Amino acid sequence: MDQQVVNMILVGIGETLYMTFFSSFLAYLFGLPMGIILVVTDKDGVKPCQPVQQILGFLINIFRSIPFVILLIMVIPLTRAIVGTTLGPTAVVVPLVIAAAPYIARVVESSLKEVDAGVIEAAKSMGASSWQIVYKVLLPESKPSLFVGGALAVTTVLSYSAMSGFVGGGGLGDIAIRYGYYRYQTNIMLITVAILVIIVQIIQEAGMKMARGGDKRIR
Amino acid sequence: MENQEYIIRIKNLEKTFVTKTATVHALRDINLDIRKGEIFGIIGLSGAGKSTLVRCMNYLEVPTDGRVIFDGKDLGEMSEKELRKARQSMGMIFQQFNLLSQRNVLDNVCFPLEIAGMSKKEARKKAADLLSMVGLSEKAKAYPAQLSGGQKQRVAIARALATEPKVLLCDEATSALDPTTTKSILELLKEINANLGITIVIITHEMSVIEAVCNRVAIIDESRIAEMGEVSEIFAAPKSKIGRKLIFTESFQEMPFGNEKMYRIIFDGHSSYEPIISKIVMECKAPINIWFAESRNLNGNAVGQMIIQLPEDEMIANRIVNYMETEQIRFEEVINDGSTSR
Repeated sequence: MDQQVVNMILVGIGETLYMTFFSSFLAYLFGLPMGIILVVTDKDGVKPCQPVQQILGFLINIFRSIPFVILLIMVIPLTRAIVGTTLGPTAVVVPLVIAAAPYIARVVESSLKEVDAGVIEAAKSMGASSWQIVYKVLLPESKPSLFVGGALAVTTVLSYSAMSGFVGGGGLGDIAIRYGYYRYQTNIMLITVAILVIIVQIIQEAGMKMARGGDKRIR
Repeated sequence: MENQEYIIRIKNLEKTFVTKTATVHALRDINLDIRKGEIFGIIGLSGAGKSTLVRCMNYLEVPTDGRVIFDGKDLGEMSEKELRKARQSMGMIFQQFNLLSQRNVLDNVCFPLEIAGMSKKEARKKAADLLSMVGLSEKAKAYPAQLSGGQKQRVAIARALATEPKVLLCDEATSALDPTTTKSILELLKEINANLGITIVIITHEMSVIEAVCNRVAIIDESRIAEMGEVSEIFAAPKSKIGRKLIFTESFQEMPFGNEKMYRIIFDGHSSYEPIISKIVMECKAPINIWFAESRNLNGNAVGQMIIQLPEDEMIANRIVNYMETEQIRFEEVINDGSTSR
């Protein structure tokens, strides 16, 4: 394998990591509050509000039902408006965030719902406000589960980012598609896939470690 | 002022839950007053509505109708902010302890103080004092998962007392604990009541808990208060059917009550030290058949009951009844089905 291909793969790894982590970070900025709102406004929540819960849930479902490949194309005008271009890793961040945020909202929702209702009731009995219950009870108590969900979300973003090759987004997926699909260079495709597998493993392992390390329920 | 005497007053309280399929009346026409400084028990079978009642006391459940007056103020007229403030004057402990699993023991006790807006440093100091009061100083850095049930409940008690509440609400606080641990937790509650003067409301389905610590008790059955009064009084002579069921042991309930001339003698603490039966037998010169007897220790008083059968002979029987009346022995006739009448 010549130096050129190695360099290309190294750049691809860098682009993939950049897309994955930057998009995940931005998606959490939107997804985490959405997940919290879903739980808080639920009919058994801290501050029930059915209209908000149902409208938000409906919007999340809509975005979650659009296949990512389609979403990539659908949001091109938006991407151009925000980033100025539709090519390259930064351009892919826009559809990635739009796809990942609703997914993250659901992941966060399911983590927060694991918190024991009795503990929330205890906090209420002490006169805690809804906001205090969110940041002193719901979030800290579900921390291990949030980390597990985080690993899940980041690996999903990573796999989405691989599809960006179809619109010239860059990264390892782009290389795999260009060389493996368009040029029949199977060996380069296999290498990129292997690297993707390793990255997923590392993310997954890191997430589980953070979850276990932070969990005080383990004796 | 009348209000000074009572810390919690409940007036004509109703609570209805509306579900998709049915309307459930959890509580009906509840009226009760809890005196400052007493230990008040609320007992009932599961599903009777007692847990809902205790949650109405701090408005975790909002009553459908009626009023809850805490320390002279109507909780129903408070804004949400005032209500949260009021809740800081009411500690609560639970059957499942409900500690924060990701916080250590010390920080769990700090939790209500943080909510009340106390600085971390002050809160820590206060929490440490409370932990030493419940005898768990050495566990300050442990996490709830590392504690036994009894220890968890002690932490929960320390946490509930952190904001110096006027009332401590206990919802089945000992129901998940073994008998020995239950006893030690009840002792702790008694100490807290005696030393800090905090009014305690205890919800339980176990008569032994009421017996061990309560001054007064309300018996809840089918969403209503079946009977209410001093514990010694209710133990001596429960009037409601549910009261009898809860207080009398099973062997008593299973007695063959088909027989005639059965009487229940009540020992209410004063009469317990007199040889009543011997006196009856000697004074009336008649044999008495003892069917059943039990006694228990209520705050140092022997309280109990005895079921006796009088001779068939009407005259002798009447003589004994007259004798018991003149001696001011508390008794009642037992009717066929185990219920009694005076």
